[in-house]
Amino acid sequence: MPDATVIPIGGEDGARKAASRAARQAGATGPKPKKRVVPVEPQPQPEPVDNEQHDVDGAPGRLDATLAEWLDFMRRRVTGEYEVDDFGFDAELTDRVIMAPLRPLAQNWFRIETRGIENVPSEGGALVVANHSGTVALDAIMTQVVLHDHHPAKRNLRMLGANLVFQSPFVGELARKSGHTLACNPDAERLLSSGEIVAVFPEGFKGIGKPYSERYKLQRFGRGGFVATALRTRTPIIPVSIVGAEEIYPVLGNAKTLARLFGLPYFPLTPTFPWLGPLGLVPLPSKWIIEFGEPIRTDHYPDGAADDPMLVFNITDQVRETIQQTLYRLLVQRRSVFR
Amino acid sequence: MARVVLVTGVSRHLGSRMARILSHDPAIDRVVGVDVIPPRSDIGSAEFVRADIRNPIIGKVIAAAGVDTVVHMGVISTPVQAGGRVSMKEINVIGTMQLLAACQKSEGVQRLVVKSTSSVYGAGPKDPAMFTEDTEPKSQPRSGWAKDSVEVEAYVRGFARRRPDVTVTTLRFANFIGPKVDTPMAAYFGLPVVPTVLGHDARLQFVHEDDGLEATRVAVHSDQQGTFNISGDGVLMLSQALRLAGKTVLPVPTPMVGLVGGWFRRAGLADFSPEQIKFLTYGRGLDTTRMKEVLGFQPTYSTRDAFEEFVQERGLDHQLPKHQAEAIERGLAHALGTSTLSEARLAARLREEAHGRA
Repeated sequence: MPDATVIPIGGEDGARKAASRAARQAGATGPKPKKRVVPVEPQPQPEPVDNEQHDVDGAPGRLDATLAEWLDFMRRRVTGEYEVDDFGFDAELTDRVIMAPLRPLAQNWFRIETRGIENVPSEGGALVVANHSGTVALDAIMTQVVLHDHHPAKRNLRMLGANLVFQSPFVGELARKSGHTLACNPDAERLLSSGEIVAVFPEGFKGIGKPYSERYKLQRFGRGGFVATALRTRTPIIPVSIVGAEEIYPVLGNAKTLARLFGLPYFPLTPTFPWLGPLGLVPLPSKWIIEFGEPIRTDHYPDGAADDPMLVFNITDQVRETIQQTLYRLLVQRRSVFR
Repeated sequence: MARVVLVTGVSRHLGSRMARILSHDPAIDRVVGVDVIPPRSDIGSAEFVRADIRNPIIGKVIAAAGVDTVVHMGVISTPVQAGGRVSMKEINVIGTMQLLAACQKSEGVQRLVVKSTSSVYGAGPKDPAMFTEDTEPKSQPRSGWAKDSVEVEAYVRGFARRRPDVTVTTLRFANFIGPKVDTPMAAYFGLPVVPTVLGHDARLQFVHEDDGLEATRVAVHSDQQGTFNISGDGVLMLSQALRLAGKTVLPVPTPMVGLVGGWFRRAGLADFSPEQIKFLTYGRGLDTTRMKEVLGFQPTYSTRDAFEEFVQERGLDHQLPKHQAEAIERGLAHALGTSTLSEARLAARLREEAHGRA
């Protein structure tokens, strides 16, 4: 019975709820008894309700249902009736609010072309490894958006970020709520073994803050920690190549003194930033391609393979080479930076 | 085996409840509760002995009663109760040292259960999302109750080394919450206007006082030793908890937090230690796998259940009660000419039930 999952709020409320149900069944329309309908699932699935409520009446019914969903969503936001996971990931907020302004950016501004999304499994853990560029981590955010919106299983990308992200106000809060966590072994293993898709950007600040002249040249891939984690959790590695993010904010120079002053790893100088003020924050509308490559299996290695540095380095190089070669191939296919 | 249990800190809520629970336990013959002031509430058939654990006399109590199990619940988290920070530190640290010294001398003591806290992990941006019992904290607490607890645990480890024959269990509890228990967090949620750190949202975990006491009882009977995280399942975000409690929130920018915390402290409303401010900024999560698999304890309340019960019991839910929010939702829906989803769901459920009966 679905009522079993209603969160109990004391006997009195149970009685009230039963009374309200009885009143409803009797078709009473007088003074409404207080209803306490606690949403059963954390994420409402709009489609079934929609179908039940508006069998054939199409568009107006859909609008009605959407509006109702939003009202329900907002009420639950105000009263705190929602769920977050152990990492603070708020799936519903991410889908409805955080991603809302990012979708037009992905579709209309960058016109992202997604390839090989079928390489991401519909269930179970996988480690997504991608190149990193573009001064701010827009490439990471866009990968999350396209994976969620284009994958049949609507998979959420759980990224591993630097501690700078989590100590900054607002940014840290948003990162946690949209499902990301600190780049450290325990968190990565916990996410992978609970069957999540985890993303890492092993180039880190070296990749994202590199000058425009070095675009599409992969930097050192950290110390291969991500490979060891994948080996330990026996999850496949999916190399992802992102073309287009390099051109959104072309870094011409780095104001080191300013960077030190603000405690940042670099302070970018682009053709528009900081000269045009806030206008300089508008990314250039480059054409993007995100390709999810063939998964690299890790489950056939023996136990303790993660402690074999030679193997770890070899797989790291394999992943890096795959991404680099894919980048070259995609660049040739792209007609120009903006088309 | 005759079992005689000594419980410290019985003048306070959790200590006295623990003494009462153990005194009703058929596997335990005798319960001795010690504290400097008599317990205010019923401790069942447990005997109260007025003794100060900061004084060597505690050794005589242990020997005279033939104590074989010591449950140390005498670490205080609220300076106001202890009569100031200095005396709180003395009770916590010196008290534990004296108690452990007495245990070490005693031939009869075979078990030691210590109530500690998850605040020994500190809280910071460099910590993993979930702490296991052997995670090295990146930012160790430097003041207050949390630091006392770090020191207490260090003495307990020292004791475990010197007396390997004694089974030593340290329980690191998430924030206690419940209808009666007085903790800094309960005081925080009781504030008329609740200050939060602007731009940060902490992950919180709670353990219901009934679960906390049951976990301690399980530890008293268990053969397992070592350190265990004890918490209800799941996390609540601070913002979410404040909404569930229907509180008015005052977001304070980071540079002003110390100042505002000072106002609240001087007004006697709540005590914001630097550790608590860090906790309210970054939050903390506990991995309770060891609790479930090794200690074999399963909490009955999730973090959310425990918090919702706390809100109900303390009558905090008054700013925007749920039914009022639902009424507003319905009103808006009516004005916009649509039915609300909750009504649609209810109707669907009723249909389903009717179908099931037919």
